Amino acid sequence: MNGMSPIVKATTKVFMGFITVYSLNIIAYGHLTPGGGFAGGTMWACGFILLVLAFGKEDAFKIVSQRAASVADCLAAFTFLLVAILGISAGGFFVNFLSKGKEFNLVSAGTLLWLNIAIGIKVSACLFGVFVALAIFKRSKTSSEVQ
Amino acid sequence: MTPYLLCSLIFAIGVYAIIAKKNLIKIVIGLLLLEYAVNLLLVLVGYKSGGKPPIIVPQNPSTANFVDPLPQALVLTSIVIGLGITALMVALCIRLYEKYKTFDISKIKRLKG
Amino acid sequence: MNAHDILPLFVGIPLGAGFLLPVIALLWKKLVDILAVLAVLALVVMALCVIGAPSCIYKMGNWPPPFGVNLVLDPMSAMMVLIISGVSFAVTLYSVSYMTKFTSKPYYYSLLMLMIAGMNGVVLTGDLFNMYVFMEVGAIASYGLVAFGTEHEELEASFKYLVLGSLGSGFIIFGIALVYSNTGTLNMADMARIISAGGLNRLITFASALFLMGFGLKAAMVPFHAWLPDAHPSAPAPISAMLSGLLIKALGVYAIIRLFYHVFGLTPGSEYSYILMGLGLLSMVVGVILAVGQWDFKRLLAYHSISQMGYVMLGIGLGTPLGLLGGLFHLLNHSAFKSLLFLCAGSVEQSTGSRQLRELGGLCHRMPVTSATCSVASLSISGVPPFNGFWSKLIIIVAAVQAAFTTVPGTVQAGYIVIAAVTVLVSFLTLVSFVKVQKYSLFGALPDRLSGVREVSTVMCIAMIMLAVACIGLGVLSPFVLNGLVAPARDALMDGQSYIRLVLGG
Repeated sequence: MNGMSPIVKATTKVFMGFITVYSLNIIAYGHLTPGGGFAGGTMWACGFILLVLAFGKEDAFKIVSQRAASVADCLAAFTFLLVAILGISAGGFFVNFLSKGKEFNLVSAGTLLWLNIAIGIKVSACLFGVFVALAIFKRSKTSSEVQ
Repeated sequence: MTPYLLCSLIFAIGVYAIIAKKNLIKIVIGLLLLEYAVNLLLVLVGYKSGGKPPIIVPQNPSTANFVDPLPQALVLTSIVIGLGITALMVALCIRLYEKYKTFDISKIKRLKG
Repeated sequence: MNAHDILPLFVGIPLGAGFLLPVIALLWKKLVDILAVLAVLALVVMALCVIGAPSCIYKMGNWPPPFGVNLVLDPMSAMMVLIISGVSFAVTLYSVSYMTKFTSKPYYYSLLMLMIAGMNGVVLTGDLFNMYVFMEVGAIASYGLVAFGTEHEELEASFKYLVLGSLGSGFIIFGIALVYSNTGTLNMADMARIISAGGLNRLITFASALFLMGFGLKAAMVPFHAWLPDAHPSAPAPISAMLSGLLIKALGVYAIIRLFYHVFGLTPGSEYSYILMGLGLLSMVVGVILAVGQWDFKRLLAYHSISQMGYVMLGIGLGTPLGLLGGLFHLLNHSAFKSLLFLCAGSVEQSTGSRQLRELGGLCHRMPVTSATCSVASLSISGVPPFNGFWSKLIIIVAAVQAAFTTVPGTVQAGYIVIAAVTVLVSFLTLVSFVKVQKYSLFGALPDRLSGVREVSTVMCIAMIMLAVACIGLGVLSPFVLNGLVAPARDALMDGQSYIRLVLGG
């Protein structure tokens, strides 16, 4: 798979930054505006998929490799569980033990910010991994005739 | 009454697609229709006529007249579950096509008895 | 360390192990086996700690009920957690050696841990939507595990299982939407309070029918059983043991018990009682008739799973204290002997390469441990004293006869006597079927092409011996087990008001 024409590649180089910043904004302000970890993570995964589609498999995997996605997936999920277990020190599982500062700020919901970030990383890595697993599946010779 | 009837109609169309269609992909689409019908019903259950979105903004910190936010959280979880099941089903369809060389479910019948 | 503080760890430890194992596999492969066995061993130790403990609730995030999600520990949940941990430990030990011939063993352990976390979450939670989420976690992990070998039949079986399982889940969440729109709450104790105060209206009855369809599909009751005879034989042997021994009970039968006894209010002689008894009777008869003609070892065991789940449904549907005691005890016994039977079938398949009964024979000379444990399990499932199956089937039959005299005082309902007679007949047919299994696979002459078979590895033998000791122990020590483990669960279920007081009053 070679990727697409140079126009698409140049546009992707510009857009990848916008997509990443926008999706991180949706993830980080999840406790104030609609969105949160899952919606932002899906958008970020779409950014990675755009990379694979525009640049082709080999070049895209130099930027974000499959193994990195798998490790990030597992570690982010484990971070979610770790934040929940750390709440036991403050009274119970999942208790919101960080400080809740002034209202309507970024740091105003305690552990919700870190849970959103963990979910965002996990969902983006997971959806990218699913796309890669489905798309790079090697086809045998006989299956290419029936469409 | 109308939300219940219309969502049940979409649910029934999804069940019809699972039962009566022979192509694997059409069965997958039927299952998607079924899940989205249920998600739609769950969101519509929380609606109050004349209600506002359940977001607290600094200009208006009161919670009067909000629609019910709990079904919206339930639907978010349900959509994620549907996504996981769809990804697994599509992966299975690809592998089944590799092994059996067809998408027709009446030909994928090695297990009998 | 009291029972209250370790409740969330029942879900937290398997989840953490499931998330970490693929990362650890990149560093050091041998650590994966040790870590998986240690995690399940920790679960067994914790399950033994909570058995005698007083009932309590755990507020997640310190949100009080009915606003927050709670974990509820009552004797029924304690019994289910013990069953899940015990069988999971034996299966994990067995799969250390059995799964070496498959690639990607760390992903197998990860999915297995997620399935255990899902089942533990279902039995411990007090919130209806939380039960649905954990049920989906366990079910999706099992869909992946059934297709693990990626051969023709496994993929076909997994696709069929997936579509039907998702259809069942669709029915369940439709029911949840209807119940939420009517009662306004998702907490099961709060729902029980509202329904017992206001009575059942038509929407709640329709929702209960949807729940019966959805959870009945997960529990493989007869109109909804079509996925089980394909899915359970095609999975690798330890996963067949987990599916048949735990998943259809924790996801299907436990949810039906919890909903119909606490939330919807089942009493002997009500319509729910007749419906559950009818479904149980149908499952028993259809399962055993279809099982008698099978020649594939694992497919025969899968049909017998349907039949034995019919016994449990019959005991639950009777609604009398003795009937519920018999149903719960048969649930406990069936986990032990059905898992052992599937593990024995797996070791036979690994040594001889075949599952067809006509091609086997005379294995008792070459595989002593497998054949001894297989005989123990076959005698248990057929209901031969002093093994455990006999006591639970006897209690169910006696309860059916007792219900003939006590349902309407002063008259004898002949229908219950017919039910008891059918139960005895099904037990006889089960014995016939397993005598056939014993004759063709274990005794008889050893065919020439099987003259080189050897016993399976030590770890697998230890797992099978553990479950066989459990079968014999549950049978011989049945008075102690009944009084200490099953009777408190039965008392907690029959008294609905104490459940409401436990969750909402505390």
